[in-house]
Amino acid sequence: MKLRKYLKVYKKFLHTSLASELEYKTNILIDLITAILSLIGSIFLLSIFFQNNGYIGGWKFEQALIIQGIYTILNGITNTWFNPNLTEIVKHIREGTLDYVLLKPIDNQFFISLKKINPSGFLEIILGFFLLFFCIRINQINLNLSFLTLSLITISCSICILYSLWFFISTTTIWFVKTWNAIEVLRSFLYIGRFPLNSFSFSLRIFFSIFIPIAFITTIPSEVFLGLSQLWKILLEVVVASVFLITSRKFWLFALKFYSSASS
Amino acid sequence: MVQNIIDVRNLSKSFDISSKEPGLKGTIKHFFRRQTKSLKVIKDISFKIKAGEIVGFLGANGAGKTTILKMLCGLIYPSEGSILVSGYLPFRRKENFLKNITLIMGQKQQLIWDLPPIESFYLNASIYDLDKFEAKKRIKKLSEMLEIDEELFIPVRKLSLGQRMKSELLAALIHEPNILFLDEPTLGLDINAQRNLRKFLQKYNRETNATICLTSHYMKDITSLCKRVICVHEGAISYDGKLDLLLKKLSPVKEISIVCRSEDDAIKLENSGFTVKNKIKNEITIKIENNSITSSLKTILNNFDIVDLFINEPPIDEIIGKVLIKKDYDI
Repeated sequence: MKLRKYLKVYKKFLHTSLASELEYKTNILIDLITAILSLIGSIFLLSIFFQNNGYIGGWKFEQALIIQGIYTILNGITNTWFNPNLTEIVKHIREGTLDYVLLKPIDNQFFISLKKINPSGFLEIILGFFLLFFCIRINQINLNLSFLTLSLITISCSICILYSLWFFISTTTIWFVKTWNAIEVLRSFLYIGRFPLNSFSFSLRIFFSIFIPIAFITTIPSEVFLGLSQLWKILLEVVVASVFLITSRKFWLFALKFYSSASS
Repeated sequence: MVQNIIDVRNLSKSFDISSKEPGLKGTIKHFFRRQTKSLKVIKDISFKIKAGEIVGFLGANGAGKTTILKMLCGLIYPSEGSILVSGYLPFRRKENFLKNITLIMGQKQQLIWDLPPIESFYLNASIYDLDKFEAKKRIKKLSEMLEIDEELFIPVRKLSLGQRMKSELLAALIHEPNILFLDEPTLGLDINAQRNLRKFLQKYNRETNATICLTSHYMKDITSLCKRVICVHEGAISYDGKLDLLLKKLSPVKEISIVCRSEDDAIKLENSGFTVKNKIKNEITIKIENNSITSSLKTILNNFDIVDLFINEPPIDEIIGKVLIKKDYDI
């Protein structure tokens, strides 16, 4: 019953945000062109790194393209859902319109995380999948059920980690009011996710695995694609994703007790 | 007997407020070492509201009216005391409680800016679990009451403030709540739009017996909608009771302007024992206490040659203005 209600509401979210975005045709067109150019630019940049030496951190260019593909899908998801919704939390809190969200008989985290979508991000997701299929062919990866299951699990975990990190930072707005900079820093760290983790120094690897788990976001799913991943790493990613998701949820509920609403 | 739908006991709320000295030095000091202090914005207030009542919350800017409203609807946690609204603890924001209430803020909007209001209505309908048929029925009924029709299909950004406010009301009432919290709903509206909104609220209250808690700086909103007012002064209740009693108490005399047949009649009236405010030729203005108006007017009409007569009601804004700066009213 509840699930049906949430699906119905999400259908409305999709409908209204698509209709809102389609009001501005030129903006969508520019976003779509930007997405294509950005992918071409990223692949070009990656190819420059591999020009002198065929390997970076033990990865070939064709293998590193898998990371680029996963990064493009995640970036697409970021642009489709996280960016329009989670940056809006800051606005909701600063202007006091979070009041309306909190007074709706629906889970407020669901509401603020999924109300809007940016359709141009879909193109990035599609381009990312195309790139991945291309990589599957050139790396002669065998498509079987366990491969698909593990890929799906690791990519879903990456999405959860990314969402939780972003949501966690946005939640701190309840105390600090302005956290745009922290979100920008997070986004810039995500660019690092385009390169294999082994291409960084030991200390940076530790930093990107423990403090800001960028490593989990792209490298582990890519290793699954190449059959290089070990089971403990996949399990660790599942644990990290669950911990992040649960913690961000608890943190949000805790933070709401301190919400003082904006003055009228 | 009508039951209390809102029960507030010994409610207090404190906020941590940071203060900053002026100038660059103050800014740097504020950045590195922020001085915060706890400020009690609501101080030990208690009141009850019966189902179907329309209650106006009066007070100067910063008196604490909006904070009270936001605690009543569950947005802000109280620091001390208890609140029961419709049998629920508001700050727990239980689904059934949220389906019973609505909050409308004059200066904040929930409608989707780039789309016609009808899209927001159907979105709200799905959130409140209403099927399409029921939503359509309610939209039709409310739009008729609010006298909006074509506006439902025009993007919100192209609507006037008045049309937008009506649409906000419709969006906020689609789930037919029985408690309405209205925070300055007529802010910025022109006189006609204000009047239409008031008319609608009266009608809504009459037809649904909904309880309405209202804050407004427009006295007309308060006088035409609320029989009872709660005056808030620096976070404490300075008066809670009937509005007409408060007005009588604060304005015990009325001014009567009288045009006499001749200047001699005016002089006679001047010397007959009434308190005279001023006299210009055959026109005289006297002050009469509210409780002796009828008898005094009878005396004047029987004993003096009167051409015309006006009873001047004291400006309500002025009277209420007195309430906003005074701490206690014993009526």
